[in-house]
Amino acid sequence: MTKQVQQLDRVIIRFAGDSGDGMQLTGDRFTAETAQFGNDLSTLPNFPAEIRAPAGTLPGVSSFQLHFADHDILTPGDAPNVLVAMNPAALKANLGDLPKGADIIANTDEFTKRNLAKVGYDGNPLEDDSLAEWRLHAVPLTSLTVKALEGYDISKKDAERAKNMFALGLLSWLYHRPTEGTIQFLEAKFAKKPEIAKANIAAFQAGWNYGETTESFSVSYEIKPATLRPGTYRNISGNQALAYGLIAASVQSKLPLFLGSYPITPASDILHELSKHKRFGVRTFQAEDEIAGVGAALGAAFGGSLGVTTTSGPGIALKAETVGLAVTTELPLIIVDVQRAGPSTGMPTKTEQTDLLMAMYGRNGESPVPVLAAATPSDCFTMAIEAARIALKYRTPVMLLSDGYLANGSEPWRIPDIDELPDISVLFTTEPNGADGTTYLPYLRDPETLARPWAVPGTAGLEHRIGGIEKADGTGNISYDPDNHDKMVRLRQAKIDGIDVPDLVVDDPDGDARVLVLGWGSTYGPIAAAARRVRASGHKVAQAHLRHLNPLPANTGEVLRSYDKVLLPEINLGQLAMLLRARYLVDVISYNRVRGLPFKAAELAAVIQDVIESD
Amino acid sequence: MTDTLNGKGLALIPRTDVKQTLKDFKSDQEVRWCPGCGDYAILAAVQSFLPELGLKRENIVFVSGIGCSSRFPYYLNTYGFHSIHGRAPAIATGLAASRPDLSVWVITGDGDALSIGGNHLIHALRRNVNLNILLFNNRIYGLTKGQYSPTSEIGKITKSTPMGSLDKPFNPISLALGAEAGFVARTIDSDRKHLQGVLRQAAEHRGASLVEIYQNCNIFNDGAFDTLKDPGTRDEITVRLEHGQPIVFGTGDNERAVRLSPTGGVEVVRRAEVSDGEILVHDAHNPDPSLAFALSRLDEPAFEHVPIGVFRSIDRPSYDQLLNEQVQTATADKGTGSLADLLHGGDTWTIR
Ligand SMILES: Cc1ncc(C[n+]2csc(CCOP(=O)(O)OP(=O)(O)O)c2C)c(N)n1
Ligand code: SF4
Ligand SMILES: [Mg+2]
Repeated sequence: MTKQVQQLDRVIIRFAGDSGDGMQLTGDRFTAETAQFGNDLSTLPNFPAEIRAPAGTLPGVSSFQLHFADHDILTPGDAPNVLVAMNPAALKANLGDLPKGADIIANTDEFTKRNLAKVGYDGNPLEDDSLAEWRLHAVPLTSLTVKALEGYDISKKDAERAKNMFALGLLSWLYHRPTEGTIQFLEAKFAKKPEIAKANIAAFQAGWNYGETTESFSVSYEIKPATLRPGTYRNISGNQALAYGLIAASVQSKLPLFLGSYPITPASDILHELSKHKRFGVRTFQAEDEIAGVGAALGAAFGGSLGVTTTSGPGIALKAETVGLAVTTELPLIIVDVQRAGPSTGMPTKTEQTDLLMAMYGRNGESPVPVLAAATPSDCFTMAIEAARIALKYRTPVMLLSDGYLANGSEPWRIPDIDELPDISVLFTTEPNGADGTTYLPYLRDPETLARPWAVPGTAGLEHRIGGIEKADGTGNISYDPDNHDKMVRLRQAKIDGIDVPDLVVDDPDGDARVLVLGWGSTYGPIAAAARRVRASGHKVAQAHLRHLNPLPANTGEVLRSYDKVLLPEINLGQLAMLLRARYLVDVISYNRVRGLPFKAAELAAVIQDVIESD
Repeated sequence: MTDTLNGKGLALIPRTDVKQTLKDFKSDQEVRWCPGCGDYAILAAVQSFLPELGLKRENIVFVSGIGCSSRFPYYLNTYGFHSIHGRAPAIATGLAASRPDLSVWVITGDGDALSIGGNHLIHALRRNVNLNILLFNNRIYGLTKGQYSPTSEIGKITKSTPMGSLDKPFNPISLALGAEAGFVARTIDSDRKHLQGVLRQAAEHRGASLVEIYQNCNIFNDGAFDTLKDPGTRDEITVRLEHGQPIVFGTGDNERAVRLSPTGGVEVVRRAEVSDGEILVHDAHNPDPSLAFALSRLDEPAFEHVPIGVFRSIDRPSYDQLLNEQVQTATADKGTGSLADLLHGGDTWTIR
């Protein structure tokens, strides 16, 4: 049978199954094949909050969405074109996101009376016509896999477990993916269990062959490679990029990295990743709590390390007092907040942008801290180095905001050449800086940056004491003098206000848009995708994205004032909008949804359209 | 007799041949404790003891929390970090773990160490971070003007407890031993010789050392340790622990001894009633902390007999040693990391 091949420009696939079905692995492998093939892509995993939710239930559904295309794309996609549903729970949990006409590949073996009843299906949706508006491919994935593995010396359970590889094989056939990478991957993964390796490879191939022979699939699809900027690429998640960025910052600053951290979703993977890289002199310290995590990082910074602490919102709340200590002792420190839904424990696995005001102001006293936010998963790499640059140059704690969406989402990343990376090396002070040539003034400031000198223990002749009590300008001695305090408050603020941050860049292809859509942090992808749609439908919209939130780029006010309307979508109740209104007296139009989910491009396109059309 | 097992506690810290004196360790800052405060005596004892260590002054760091006692670092001409309430052990942990070439001292109070910072204290001790923690125990909150503290006796009348405090105090020595600290000792502000002897042993011990120093707050809790200082009572209640020595105390007819009790703890008996062989010989190096713990309970009920000296001094690798070994092992196995290799790890593809 010769099958038809159809060209597509982009596809969104969602793999969904029980937590134990290996959907994340399947998604990762499909992503690797897709990256290898040269499509642009963007991914978004979605884990259940429970570690081991009961099998076959709705809370136990785990999914992985992948968007890939022959052109550059910006988001993991709004709605899947294809849903792979490994059981009834996976179907039920995801059907609502599936547009009519999309393909459903369902594992019929799991659609048993019992499993159906577990999630409240009265009948079998694969057999009645409730799915008539979709293209249903009912495939007995489990039994086909078990049958394909009959000759292998493995348990029935292990054979059944390989069904995800069968599904991967089928999808790989359907979208013409290269297969060598997956075969090599399986050989390496099961190197100690060669029979299991062989069986998984056989299941993978059986899936491929099934696609080729079965009548259920009459068409396969080709998505041409995208034309990306020349270079070497890899796929990278936000947390991994952030960890690599911190290591790069350590190399580029020539300071050993010290991470003090306490496990918390969705930030823990940064701790996990960094603890693998001791070869870079990275010291990771799993503290007794978040306060100790940041405390240890600050202590290490006092000793001349690049001190870092990583956490999520609840941890930032605990660290506030120590961050204040870093503000007043003017030591470099990086505080990473991978934001999640709050308040309190909130929804740990869900994303939000609700910590901005806490990052800005969540401390006692006048306690200014630079705040940065990464825009995409791979941007976490760049922004980690930027955070280190600012921390070291200005001797200040820096808040770097990521979020659950960036942390776990992934995209192809053009690996930078090492010589493209900024040199952020610092000079410790080693000589007395007092006018008399013998004293050391720990609070004598650099006239340009207002940074104080950094003399680390072990430097003879520069012994000095710092602390949380107000210090006299210059000498750093304890001071309760009113005028000195006023001066120090203003100096600390002026130092942060004077940080060199790049200008805000506006993307306005025609140069005459009247509406600006502004964003910060992880909304970059959906906003940019929405702006494209709006432009494609013949309207004009300018787009700008803030990655430096404190201080704001010098031209921010000018940019905001040069449009009739400024639209600001945020996954909070308008935190940046409040800051911008207060600072620039610009009547920013907020669009806010706090659902624990990223914005969809279509949703934002409609909002932009509304703002353009209303007057 | 030196009472350290590992004596090499200072081996990684650069030494100086230049002769140091007390003056070298005095900073130019005016000392601001209340006249008569026990902190003065401790400061003087530390300043005159530090030169003995022969360490480069720039490699000594004092980190403190918040409290009267925590002002200490300002008065020493070493590196110093006066931090925030209760967090000094955490901050010092980062410093000591990343800088094995420093002699790091933590100065803390009973409130600082045992209330707000209790968690950091026990974790620093169990990890065996290379710190010398001096806990100034005045059994009161000095800086906040006299509230009861977690070491105040039950029934303490203070501003915040006009009808008497209700909660049972911590015994800092018991707590530290419970956390399996490797070096645990108690000393008294007014006994300079003893204080310096204990500090010397703490300094030479690599890993976490906890030294409880009974410190008089003459403003808010004056005389809390008078029975240990008054010549009339002092020798009757002070149990001086010395490694390898039978534990006896008291004078004349009132001489007493410590022996194992039938319940598995220790008990105080009249010296005349026991044979020499029955008297417990103090073994600070016993890997099992049970007996040291039992000894720490001798002042229960409080201040009937109070052991001072080194309860425990055992040798185990310090946290910084272990952490740095992991860095060295990782590097020895595969060489120093290359950033380019790291970034190019995993599946990559090239677009021309
Ligand atoms: C977060 C915080 N809470 C409370 C205080 C107020 N405070 C300062 S010192 C102190 C208690 C000090 O007692 P202790 O540690 O025994 O030290 P002492 O003054 O007795 O030497 C308190 C409650 C503070 N500085 N910071
Ligand atoms: S209040 Fe007490 S502890 Fe504080 S300085 Fe005065 S006497 Fe010393
Ligand atoms: Mg006290």
